[in-house]
Amino acid sequence: MDKSRFLPRQAFQVLIDALSDAGFCVVGPIAKDGAIQYLELHDAHQLPHGRTDEQAPGHYRVTEMDSPRCFAWATGPQALKPYLFGAHEALWNARRDAQGALHFETVQAEPKALAVIGARACDLAALALQDRHFIDAVRDPYYAARRTDLFIVAVHCAYPADTCFCASTGDGPHATSGFDLALSELDQGYLLEVGSSRGADIAQRLPLQDASDAQLRQAEDEVNEAARRQYRRLPSRDLRDALFGALAHPRWEAVAARCLACGNCTSVCPTCFCHAEHDAPQLGGESSQHVREWDSCFSEGHSYLHGFLVRGETRQRYRQWLTHKLGSWHEQYGRSGCVGCGRCITWCPVGIDITEEASTIAGGGTGGGA
Amino acid sequence: MNPYLPREAEIVGRTEESSNTFSLHLRLTDGRPYDFAPGQFNMLYLFGAGEVPISVVADAPDSGVLTHTIRALGRVTNALQALQVGDRIGLRGPYGRGWPMHEAHGRDVLIVTGGLGCAPSVSIIHHILGHREDYGHVHILQGVKHTDDLIWRAQYDAWGSLPNVQVLLAADVAEPGWHGHVGLVTTLFEQLDLQPERSIAMLCGPEVMMRAAAEGLHARGLAAGSIYLSMERNMQCAVGHCGHCQFGGSFVCRDGPVFAWPEVRALLGVRGF
Repeated sequence: MDKSRFLPRQAFQVLIDALSDAGFCVVGPIAKDGAIQYLELHDAHQLPHGRTDEQAPGHYRVTEMDSPRCFAWATGPQALKPYLFGAHEALWNARRDAQGALHFETVQAEPKALAVIGARACDLAALALQDRHFIDAVRDPYYAARRTDLFIVAVHCAYPADTCFCASTGDGPHATSGFDLALSELDQGYLLEVGSSRGADIAQRLPLQDASDAQLRQAEDEVNEAARRQYRRLPSRDLRDALFGALAHPRWEAVAARCLACGNCTSVCPTCFCHAEHDAPQLGGESSQHVREWDSCFSEGHSYLHGFLVRGETRQRYRQWLTHKLGSWHEQYGRSGCVGCGRCITWCPVGIDITEEASTIAGGGTGGGA
Repeated sequence: MNPYLPREAEIVGRTEESSNTFSLHLRLTDGRPYDFAPGQFNMLYLFGAGEVPISVVADAPDSGVLTHTIRALGRVTNALQALQVGDRIGLRGPYGRGWPMHEAHGRDVLIVTGGLGCAPSVSIIHHILGHREDYGHVHILQGVKHTDDLIWRAQYDAWGSLPNVQVLLAADVAEPGWHGHVGLVTTLFEQLDLQPERSIAMLCGPEVMMRAAAEGLHARGLAAGSIYLSMERNMQCAVGHCGHCQFGGSFVCRDGPVFAWPEVRALLGVRGF
C-alpha cells in the first residue's frame, strides 16, 4: 500500500467523470429498492452515503449509519456476474425462408465498455473464476466481448457482514489483483492504488495528494480488522475427497428437509455458471431466437435425461451443488468455487449456511451459526 | 468464431428403425469441411424447438452423409421424427472425446452395448472395418430388453459373417422363435473367447449395464484402464459451459462422452450424479 495516493472525498466526482470521458459506462453501488446494487452511476451523490447493510442467514437490510462513507457495506445481492454473463441473453437467430432453407445469424453482444466502481475482493475472485470458465477452455464470445474492456475500481472491504467468510477462503477482504484501480475508504477520502496501465492513465487525471503514514496505517488496520471480525469459515483444505467420501452422510437428508430448492443461492452466487438454452419462436413463424438464461442445479429440469431426472430429489440437488462448489471445482479449476461472499447464506429464504453444512459433512473448520 | 452457431443441414434420407427409433441421414449445405472421430456427437437443431445431442455415424467414408439414429423420447426428438427428406435442420459439432481407436491398434476389440447404446458404437465398427488390418478380433455383444427393441438385425448378421468378427446378441425378453441368447448382455461373457491381455473394451448403454459389464470384464482379467465407456447427460451447450452434463468434476460433453472406466468408476451408478 506504500504507493497509495490520497483522493479527497469531494474529488470522487472527478474519478467518475474521468472514466466517463475515457468512454466507459460507469457502474457503481446505489441503494435502490432496499438493496445496494451495481447500477449506472453519473453523480457521486448517487453513492450510498451513510448506508450499511445488515446481513444474517435469510436476512438483508440496508440501514443508516452515522458516517460520511459510501462503501461502508459488504455485498449487495449481486456481484459483477450479471454484467458479464447475462441472466437472459439471445445467442443467435434462425430464419426460415420461403424455400424452407435455414439461415443462422449471431446476435452480436453490445460492445459497451463498462467501468465498475466498488468491486469487492470476493467479486474479483469470482470474476477470475468465471473468466476461466467462459474464456480459458472454450471462448464464449458474448462473455469475452464484455470482459475485454471491463475496467475495475476495487474497494477494499472494511465492513464485512455477519455472513462473510472471505478471509477463510483466501479471497478477501483485501483485493490483491484483478483491478485497474483500488480504493481504501477513510472518513476524509480514499487511498488509491494503481493496478494496471489503464488504471495509471485514469489516476493521472485525478487531483491526488500524498498519503500520510497515519492514513496508510488506518487503511491497513481497517482491512485487517475486517478479516478478524469474520467468524464463519470454511475448512481451508481441499474438501473434494471429504465430501465425495461422505455421499451417504445423514446431513444431506437433514438439509434437504429445510431446502426449498428455490435456486436463490445459485442466482446470487458470483461463480455459478449453469444456464439453460431454449428457442423463442417469433409469432410470424419465419424466425426463432435461441436464448440462454441462468439455470440452477436446484431446478427440476437441470438433470433431465431422455425421460427421467438424474437428480429427482432435493437431497441429490443440494449434494450436487455442495460437492461441486467445494469439491469438484478443484478438479475443474484448481480451487474451490466458493469465494466466501456469503450471499447464498443471506439470500437463502430458510437461512441454510454453507459453512455449517460443509463443516458438518466434511468435518473440520468451525462452521457458522451464532 | 461463435461455438454455439449451427450450420444448415438437409435431410437426404431417413430410415424407420423401429416404432420409436429412426435415423436421419444429413448433408451439410454450406460445402465447408466436416470431420469427426468415432464416438463424437453433434447438436441437432429443430427450427423453433431447440437442440439435442446425437452421436454421429458416417454412412460411408467421404460420402458426406452423416447418420444420426434417434429415439423419439422428448419434445425435440418427437418432432424430429416427423421430418421428411428435403427438410432442413441445424447441426453443430462434432463435440467431445471419442473412442480410443488409436489405443485399440493391434488389439482385440470388445464392443458391449445395451439398448440404443448400439448407435454410438456403430461408428467403432465402421472404423475398424475401414482399417481392418489395424485391429485384431472384434467381438460385438449387443443386449436389449425385448427383441422388439433390436434394430439393425441384417447389419449384425452381415458383421457376424465377416472373418474374425463375433456377434453375440442377447434379449432379456425374447419373441417366439428367437435364436439368440436370453438374459443380460453380461451373461454373454461366458461365450467369449477373451484374451484379456490383448483386448480393449468399449461399452455403451445404460449405466447399470456398463457398470456390470466393466466389473464383469475386469473380473475376467481385463485391465481397468482398457475398459472405456460412453456417458450420457443433459447437454445444452456441448462446449462445457452450461453445466448440465457435469459428472463429478467432468463435463461429459467436453471431457467425454467417452471415458476410461477409472475416470468415472467412483460415481458410476451412484444415484444423483
